[in-house]
Amino acid sequence: MEATRRTIRLVVNGKPRSIEVAAHETLLAALKERLYLTGAKEGCGVGECGACTVLLDGRAVNACLVLAVEADGRELGTIEGEARPDGSLSALQRAFIDHAALQCGFCTPGMVLSARALLRRNPRPSREEIVEAIAGNLCRCTGYEPVIDAIAAAAEEEAAEGSVVPPAASAGAGEGRGP
Amino acid sequence: MTSRANDRELRWVGRPVPRIDGEAKVRGCATYVHDMAWPGMLFARIKTSPHASARIVRVDTGEAEQVPGVRAVLVGADLPYKVGLYMIDKSILARDVVRYCGEAVAAVAAETELAAEEACERIRIEYEPLPAVLDPVAALAPDAPLVHPGLAEYGRMKGVFFPRPGTNVAHHQKIRKGDLLAGFRAADRTFEHAFSNPPVQHAFLETHTAIVQALPDGRVEIVSSAQSPYTVRQLFSVCFGIPLSRIHVRVPYVGGGFGGKAGIHLEPLVYCLSRKADGRPVKLTISREEAFHTMPSRQGLRSRIRTGVRNDGRITALEVEYLWDAGAYADYGVNVGRAAAYSGAGPYDIPNCHIDSLVVYTNKTFGTAYRGFGHLEVLWGIERNLDLIARELALDPYAIRIGNCLRAGSTTITGEEVTANPGRPDLCLEAAAKAVGWGEPRSGPAPGGTRRRGRGLALLHKAPAMPVFTSCSAILKFNEDASVDLLVSGVDYGQGTYTALAQIAAEELGLPVDRIHVVWECDTDFTPYDWQTVASRFAFMGGNAVIDAARDCLAQLRAVAAQVLHAPESELVCADGKVSVVHNPGSSLDYRRLVMGYTYPNGNSIGGPVIGRGRYIAQGLTHLDPETGQGRPALDWTYGAHAVELEVDTATGDIEILHLASAFDVGKTLNRQQVVTQIIGGVVQGIGSAVSEEFLFDAQGRFRNAGFVDYKIPTAKDIPRRMSQHIVETPQLDGPYGARGVAEHPMISIPGAIGNALADALGIDFFELPLNPERVYLAIKKAGRKKTTDEHR
Repeated sequence: MEATRRTIRLVVNGKPRSIEVAAHETLLAALKERLYLTGAKEGCGVGECGACTVLLDGRAVNACLVLAVEADGRELGTIEGEARPDGSLSALQRAFIDHAALQCGFCTPGMVLSARALLRRNPRPSREEIVEAIAGNLCRCTGYEPVIDAIAAAAEEEAAEGSVVPPAASAGAGEGRGP
Repeated sequence: MTSRANDRELRWVGRPVPRIDGEAKVRGCATYVHDMAWPGMLFARIKTSPHASARIVRVDTGEAEQVPGVRAVLVGADLPYKVGLYMIDKSILARDVVRYCGEAVAAVAAETELAAEEACERIRIEYEPLPAVLDPVAALAPDAPLVHPGLAEYGRMKGVFFPRPGTNVAHHQKIRKGDLLAGFRAADRTFEHAFSNPPVQHAFLETHTAIVQALPDGRVEIVSSAQSPYTVRQLFSVCFGIPLSRIHVRVPYVGGGFGGKAGIHLEPLVYCLSRKADGRPVKLTISREEAFHTMPSRQGLRSRIRTGVRNDGRITALEVEYLWDAGAYADYGVNVGRAAAYSGAGPYDIPNCHIDSLVVYTNKTFGTAYRGFGHLEVLWGIERNLDLIARELALDPYAIRIGNCLRAGSTTITGEEVTANPGRPDLCLEAAAKAVGWGEPRSGPAPGGTRRRGRGLALLHKAPAMPVFTSCSAILKFNEDASVDLLVSGVDYGQGTYTALAQIAAEELGLPVDRIHVVWECDTDFTPYDWQTVASRFAFMGGNAVIDAARDCLAQLRAVAAQVLHAPESELVCADGKVSVVHNPGSSLDYRRLVMGYTYPNGNSIGGPVIGRGRYIAQGLTHLDPETGQGRPALDWTYGAHAVELEVDTATGDIEILHLASAFDVGKTLNRQQVVTQIIGGVVQGIGSAVSEEFLFDAQGRFRNAGFVDYKIPTAKDIPRRMSQHIVETPQLDGPYGARGVAEHPMISIPGAIGNALADALGIDFFELPLNPERVYLAIKKAGRKKTTDEHR
C-alpha cells in the first residue's frame, strides 16, 4: 500500500505552511496528524455532523470531506486562529461562554467556525439566517437556542465595533472561492 | 447537607458564574481522547456481524494477518472473558454465536486505520443463521428461541436482579402495593391502554474511544471517553483478574455521554489487542455507523396500563406491565427495568398498584442507560393514559393530575412516605401550565387553513437509580498562593457540574471562585473515588463531598491560626481569604501565611500543607423486597412538568411547537444559567425522542438507519418557536445548599406533553412513538376516512 504523497503549501491561521500529505488523506487527518491542530473534531467522518467545520478561503467546509491536496495554495482557518491578534477571545468566543452556548464542547469549534463564516459574509444576520448557517452543525447538548443567542449577540457586538475579523479568517476574504 | 454559609448572603452559590470550561472549549484546546495519540500507537477496527442470530461455524484470519502493518487480530474464541456491571452476560467479542446484527465478532490492530480496516474485510467468517427473536412479546412465547440459554450461570448483582433461566427474561421487577382487586372494586370506571417506544440512540457527538496499553510488568494504562473511571477500573479488574492497583484509568474531556458511556465499553477489547500486539498502545474509535448498531442504546418499551378511577378522577388502582426490548445483552438494561418500575406509576399517589417490569432479551442492539433511565419511556404511557381518562370523565387534564399527584402525607408505590420537603410536582405543573395560558381561550391559527392548534401537559419525576452503597469523595488541595485544586472523579461531560462544585468550594472556603481550580482530568491514580457519573446524582453527592472537604480545610486553617492569633478556634471566622478573630477583625491571617504551614518571626514553624478530605455516601437507601418492591430506593426525587402549545399541519403531519414551558423543583438553584441551559438542551433532546428518533430494523433484524442522514436528531431548525423555563425551589434538606439534580429530567415527559397536545389539536390519539410527520399524517387520513364512512352510514 505505497501511498502517493504530495507536498502542499497553504496558509494556516495566517501563517504559511508546507506539509507532505498522502493523496487519499482528508484535510481533517492532515490537520491532526501533520499540523497538530486538534481543535476540529470528527463526529461522523462522512459530512453529516459538522463537528470538523473549518474555513477554507473563508468558507465553512467539512474537513472530513475535503482532501488535504485540495487545500493546496489556499487559506485555512481553524478554531486555533479564531482569537484576536493579541490572543484574547473573539467576540464570538466570548459570546459562546457568556450564553453557555456549549456543554460537552465537542461540536463547539465547528459551531463557532460556521458562525464565523456567516458573520464574514453577512455581518448583520437575522435569526433565521443564523439558524440556516448552523443547521449543518449537530449539537446534542445545548438545544441550539443558547448558540443562536450567542451568535446574534456576537454579530451585534462585532458590527458595533466595526467588524473585528481575526487575521486567519480575514485572509482570502471576499474572493468567493468555494471548496 | 445544609451549610453554615446559609446564615449569610451567598457570594458564589446561586450567582451567575460562567462555565469554567468555556474558554478551553471555545479555543479548541480542551483535549478529548479523540485528539490523543501515544508514541508507537496502533489503530484498531472491528468487524461486525451481518446477522441478528447465527452460529459462528468457521473463522479464517489467515489473509487478514498478511495485510502489511497488521499487528494483532482477535476473534471471540481467543477471549474467554465475560464483562458486565449488573448482569455479566457479554463477551468481549462474540463467541460461538452472534446475538445481534452489528455485534463485534473480530478486531484488528494495525499501524494505520486503513490497514486495520482492510484486514477486517479480509477476515472470513462462516455463519449458520439461527432463528432470531425481534420483539419482546414474541420473546416471551413458550417456544421462543433463547437469546441466552446459559442465563442461569451468569454472574449478577444478587438479591437485586432476578433473571428467569430457561426464558428470555433477564430481570423481573415486581411492585406490589395495597389491594389491587379492592382498588378496582372501588373504581367507577376501568380503562386499559397500550403504548410503545422504539429504541433510540444517545447520539453524543464524540463516539466511544479508548487508548489502552498492556505494559510488560502487568500494569494497564487506559485513557477513555468514559463517564465513570472507577467503574471502568473495577469491572476491568473483575473481567481479567488484575488487581485494581495495577490498572490506571484516565478520563479527559468527554464529548457527551447521556448514560451511553457509563459502565464499561471498549477498554477490555483494546487491552486484549494491545497485549496481542506486544504491548504497543492501541486506540479504537467507534465509527458513527457502529455507534448506532454496535454500541448500546436506549431500549424499546411496550406498556400496558389498566387503571381504576372514580368519576371524580381519583385513581384507585393501577396495574401495569412494562416489557423492555432489552436487545441481546441486559447488563445495564436490567437496572433500567428496575428503576423505571419503582417510579413506574408517575408522580402520583396510587393506593393500590401492581407493576410487572420485565427486561426481555431479543436479537437486537442492546440497551443501556440513556438520560432519564427508563422514565421517558414509562411516562409516555402514564401521561397519555391520564389524558385519555380525563377526556372520558370530562375532566381537565390539569385537574386530574393535581387531584392525584404526590403530596406530603402520600406514600409512593414502594411505600416511601412523602414528607413536606422533597419537592412539589403541583407547583411545577402550575408554573408550566400558566406559562402556556392553560385554561385561557385560544388564539389562532387562522380558520379555514390546514393548521390545528392544541395544548398538552405532562408531569414527571425521577430519582437517581444507583446501588444502596453509592459513595463519592472530594479532595481540596491548597496551593502555595492559597488557590485550591479541587479533585473529584465524577466526570463533567457537559452537565456543568464542575462549575457548580467550584462555586460551592468558593462559598465554603471564603475564596473567589477563580481561585478554585477543578482538575479536569479524572485519574484513578490521583483523583479520589466516585462510583459513577450517572443518574443526576453528581451535583448532589459531589456537592456534599466538596462541602465536607472544605470544612476539613477550614478546621485545619483554624487550628493553626488559633495558636498564632491566641484565640479559641470557635471564635475564628474564615472569609475573604483570611482567618480573623470574630470580635476583632483587625487580628487576622491571610490564608497564604497558613496553607503551607505558619512560620513565626524566629523561624519556628507549625501546621503544614492544608489538604481537605470530603466524602458522602447515599443515606437511608434500602434493598427492595423481591416480591413486593417495597423499600426506599431514592436518594432524592426531582419533580417537573412540561406544557406545550403546538400547531400541526393536517396537510403534511408536521408539528410546530409554538411554546414549550418547563418547570422543575430543583430545591436550590446553584447556578441559574446552568439550570436553564440544562433544561433547554434536555427539552430539545426529548423532542427528538418525541417526533423523529427511532431505530428501524428489517424483517431479519438488520439495522436500517445507522447514520445521521436516516436517523434524525434535532437540528437548529427543529427547536420550538419559544421555550421557557420556570424554577421552583423547595429545599432538599440533605442536598448541597438544598439543591437536587436536574440533569436528566428535562428530557422526560416531553413525548407525553407533545402527544397530549397533538390529541387536543386533532382529536386523534397516538399510542406509539415517534410522532413523525408520516405517522401523524397517516392517522389524520385514517381518521378522515373513518369520519367519511361514518357520515355515509
